[in-house]
Amino acid sequence: MGENKLDGNAAGGILQEIFPLEMTSVLTTCARCGATKVVAELAVYIHGMGMVVRCPSCDNVLIHVARIKGYYSLDTQGVYMQPIDTAI
Amino acid sequence: MERRTLPGRLSWQFGTVIATREETTRAKSITLAVPHWRGHQPGQHVDLRLTAEDGYQTQRSYSIASSGLEAEQITLTVERLDDGEVSPYLVDELRVGDQLELRGPIGGYFIWDAQMGGPLLLIAGGSGVVPLMAMLRYRAAVKSDVPTRLLYSVRTAEDVIYRDELDHLACHDARLEVSYTLTRTQPPGWTGYRRRIDSALLREFAWSSAQYPLVFVCGPTQFVETAAENLLGLGYEPSRVKTERFGPTGET
Repeated sequence: MGENKLDGNAAGGILQEIFPLEMTSVLTTCARCGATKVVAELAVYIHGMGMVVRCPSCDNVLIHVARIKGYYSLDTQGVYMQPIDTAI
Repeated sequence: MERRTLPGRLSWQFGTVIATREETTRAKSITLAVPHWRGHQPGQHVDLRLTAEDGYQTQRSYSIASSGLEAEQITLTVERLDDGEVSPYLVDELRVGDQLELRGPIGGYFIWDAQMGGPLLLIAGGSGVVPLMAMLRYRAAVKSDVPTRLLYSVRTAEDVIYRDELDHLACHDARLEVSYTLTRTQPPGWTGYRRRIDSALLREFAWSSAQYPLVFVCGPTQFVETAAENLLGLGYEPSRVKTERFGPTGET
């Protein structure tokens, strides 16, 4: 299955499966170039095992989610996420 | 392992197909009864998950077309991608009574409700009209008087989804304007736009940036980026231009 370039709106389901929150409107800052965007504006590549979220400005990998044997592996080293409103 | 379901955490559930409707030769609306559906906001989507007999699973996101005001049901509109893995099944094979696994509603960025005001500018490329239709249906259902313009780009007149409903809504609402641009072929006597969305077209149709419009653009990636760049070039406030891109489906 090929990669499918989307945006962060499409990441909402997987992220909300991991965090019990609406994630597409969370503000992020790229750890490499400093671009600040909400999750919905990021570049998202969905693949069979999970997804890669990249900075639309510099292409840095911000978030990598892989699903392996029913468990999620989550790498968010490339991104700083702003305080999240947990009142839902 | 026992899984706890936290409030807000998404989990999969089944919906039952209760109606289908052919919108164009390539697009179908699918109405699902979804028990305990909490309702949704216009612009939100669901993830669908299909499981093959051998256990292989694949999932896709589809925008919700219905307003969110109907109890325990949602309508999706799906366009067939000929090389797609999921959409040909949904458009060609799915029947009333079938079950679909889904989770949602998802999204809090690409949503509109009447309190957010306007004036509202909706820009659709191809099946990108679906979440914008949810906004228009909701707007009509709550009798919102927010001035609204929809610019809808498709290749041919036959590709226009919801044509009758859009024309009906626009005809009965002085504050709603709907305009189409047919980018490939136009029927005889066509008086609408006939080219891809560009800066001049937006300057002609869109609200002036001085009116501080709220914009939702949905369509294929390149379409969305072109439209958004042109709007920013016209002085639109970046934080009020909201975008949703879907996978490559060719030109619109």
